Amino acid sequence: MTTPRNPLPPPAPRDPLARPQLHPVAPGARSRAMQAMAARAAQGRFVLQACTVCGTATYPPRDACPRCWGTLAWHDQPTGGRVLANTVIRVSTDPYFRDRLPWHMGSIQLDAGPVVLAHLARGLEPGARVTMRLMLDRGGNAALFALPSDAAHPPQPEQGATIMSADPQGRTFVVPVAGATVLVSDARQPVGRALVGALAAAGARLVVAGLPGPAPMRDAHDPVLGLPGVQPLPLDVTDPVSVAETISRIGGPLDIVINTARHVRAGGVSHDGNLLGHHRALEVSAMGLARLAQATAPILAGRPSGAFLDVLSVKALAGDAGHAGFAAAEAARLSLLQSFRHEMRSTGVRVLEVFTGPTDDADHQALPPPKVAPARLAAAVLDALAQGREQTCVGEVAREAMRRWLDDPALFARETQP
Amino acid sequence: MSSSTKRSRMAYDGVVVAAPITVPYQRFSSEPAHGWAGAALRALARETALGPRDLDGFSFSSFSAGPDTAVGLVQHLGLMPRWLDHVPTGGASGVMALRRAARAVQCGDAAIVACVAADTNQIDSFRHTLATFSRFSQDAVYPYGFGGPNATFALITQAYMHEHGVTRADFGRICLAQRANAGSNPLALQRNPLDLETYLAARPIADPVHLFDCVMPCAGAEAFVVTTPEIAAARGWPAARIMATIERHNAYPDDLVQRRGGWAMDVDELWAMAGIGPGDIDCLQAYDDYPVIVAMQLEDLGFCPPGTIARFLRETHFGIDGTLPLNTNGGQLSAGQAGAAGGYQNLTEGLRQILHCPLGAQVPGARRAAISGFGLVNYDRGVCTAAAVIEAL
Repeated sequence: MTTPRNPLPPPAPRDPLARPQLHPVAPGARSRAMQAMAARAAQGRFVLQACTVCGTATYPPRDACPRCWGTLAWHDQPTGGRVLANTVIRVSTDPYFRDRLPWHMGSIQLDAGPVVLAHLARGLEPGARVTMRLMLDRGGNAALFALPSDAAHPPQPEQGATIMSADPQGRTFVVPVAGATVLVSDARQPVGRALVGALAAAGARLVVAGLPGPAPMRDAHDPVLGLPGVQPLPLDVTDPVSVAETISRIGGPLDIVINTARHVRAGGVSHDGNLLGHHRALEVSAMGLARLAQATAPILAGRPSGAFLDVLSVKALAGDAGHAGFAAAEAARLSLLQSFRHEMRSTGVRVLEVFTGPTDDADHQALPPPKVAPARLAAAVLDALAQGREQTCVGEVAREAMRRWLDDPALFARETQP
Repeated sequence: MSSSTKRSRMAYDGVVVAAPITVPYQRFSSEPAHGWAGAALRALARETALGPRDLDGFSFSSFSAGPDTAVGLVQHLGLMPRWLDHVPTGGASGVMALRRAARAVQCGDAAIVACVAADTNQIDSFRHTLATFSRFSQDAVYPYGFGGPNATFALITQAYMHEHGVTRADFGRICLAQRANAGSNPLALQRNPLDLETYLAARPIADPVHLFDCVMPCAGAEAFVVTTPEIAAARGWPAARIMATIERHNAYPDDLVQRRGGWAMDVDELWAMAGIGPGDIDCLQAYDDYPVIVAMQLEDLGFCPPGTIARFLRETHFGIDGTLPLNTNGGQLSAGQAGAAGGYQNLTEGLRQILHCPLGAQVPGARRAAISGFGLVNYDRGVCTAAAVIEAL
């Protein structure tokens, strides 16, 4: 066991008889067309339906073009707009919004054409130019958010993220890291280790660095594990007792869980197959995720901005004869993650996924570039949290694979065979 | 609409409207909408001696009768009509039920049509009504703060005030006058006098909409009968004839923010068909979910020249004894908004005034009433508009 160099700050004294704060989620029912918009919002796209016949962009989502009755398809759209009217809602009958009043909203004329109702950043008045973001609300549904914009210089994504997390209303659409307690499941691997450093630098209150045993001597002198606000704890996701012990040792609130644990080994199914390796991959990637999710879900559900982020391989999208066990484990992991997301909808806990291609580490020594540097992957995870983005692909390999998979999954499955 | 498809409209000969019924409203009621509809028909029976089998036509409007429609109500209430209508246009349902029933009676498809609007207001039912009001509001309005119609009308009000130079005090003149009118209506839920200072100092609900700009949701029912002049005379019912009606849905969809209603498209037809002008009516019962919509109707229906609404609001006396008696029962702003019955109470009040049987004070010598409806904020604006002009026989 690693000796803690930074003892955990004592949790705030809790009154066992106090009534827990309920966290209702934003109203949930949506049409099928609106769900389709959310599916694209999850990828960070700004889309509207446009008519396949006359090209007119339309909103709210419909099932036929209101101008010519043609069929509609989703397209990326310009994000500019202008505030037409605004209000501050001070009374609401909905429990979620009642807890968060006053609420700023207004109508926006989009450069793309339609008039939309949107959440407004503070200080936006009629006539103001805005840049629109298509976000997911705490119920997992698509939501339009208007940010102030200079017509000539629309804010960079990072700027927008800063505005979102600084705005009390905007914070409900993202996962704030500053002040949060975060658990990283495998800080022994370069990716998890880079993440621990990045989270500490981003102002997390406490980063718990989960370390699968046995602990080597070098842990004691590791500069990242020794950073202020970083707490190394033993954590083996293949062992339910270890998971439970780690969670109980954190003791206080836990806001964000980032799961990076995996087991990468080459090998096919019948050829060069190593069933023990396959089994281990499934134990770490799939069952490990399930153990971690099971142990942390109730804690995350009690937090105002709880989130579970999983870093997984883009190999989850299709089988791979060269890494059959690993691809299968990652596919199982993705499936479990999707089910977990559905479960957590009613709690407001965000379940995010970050896909990566081969990372630049010992697991992928034999592969030529391009590979994703751990620091780059860590930055992408922080951006996913800052944007509240459900799905992120890091690097050329993951982005290209996702693009091909979305385009034609059957073709993709054939082409990925070496 | 191309002029080639527009035909001249037939007058409403051989049709009258009679028997205005208002079931006293309650702030909250555990009685379902069906019970309120039953209460309306019981009151109608007392007034007219009609029984379930005497009605051969039935028109129904409600937000809270689900899962039933007019069909469920027919069996529930023991009716056997040969003509049935369900009018889902909310605040425009009274005028729309009237004009549909009128054509049915005129053409002989029915002889005695009871038009009924009934809604309950159980504890927390208003929230559920809002949450499932329409697909567009579920997808694209209520997730944005769930301010209900208050937020939507806040946006419309802000843009309207900016365009027309109307102030809160100007809107206050509508609300104060209606509250004063409610003073004589024993059924109005809010009858305490309201002064401008109190109106202006009220707490904000969704800026610039404040407390006294909002209606109070409640339970209630309204009804009237459409029949032939012969039947009305034979049964001794005081009645009125229909001089003109208009109806429009989804007018001006390209207006970025709602700044006018469908009335503006059809106003010339309304007064041409009636053969009179706005100056010839004795009272106006306009739909008043928010004062901005009353202001829109005053302009769109020709009561003031376009662009002069601010001055008109400042110079007109809207009291029962005023220059333009407006919402003489207090309107929804003071009497309460009983769901779809809110789209009927303007019609029953107008009818009562010209039949000289008002709930409260009588507009002296009233013979003609204009009634205007506005319904269904499906997304960012009200979709359905209608108006009628009626005259005592």
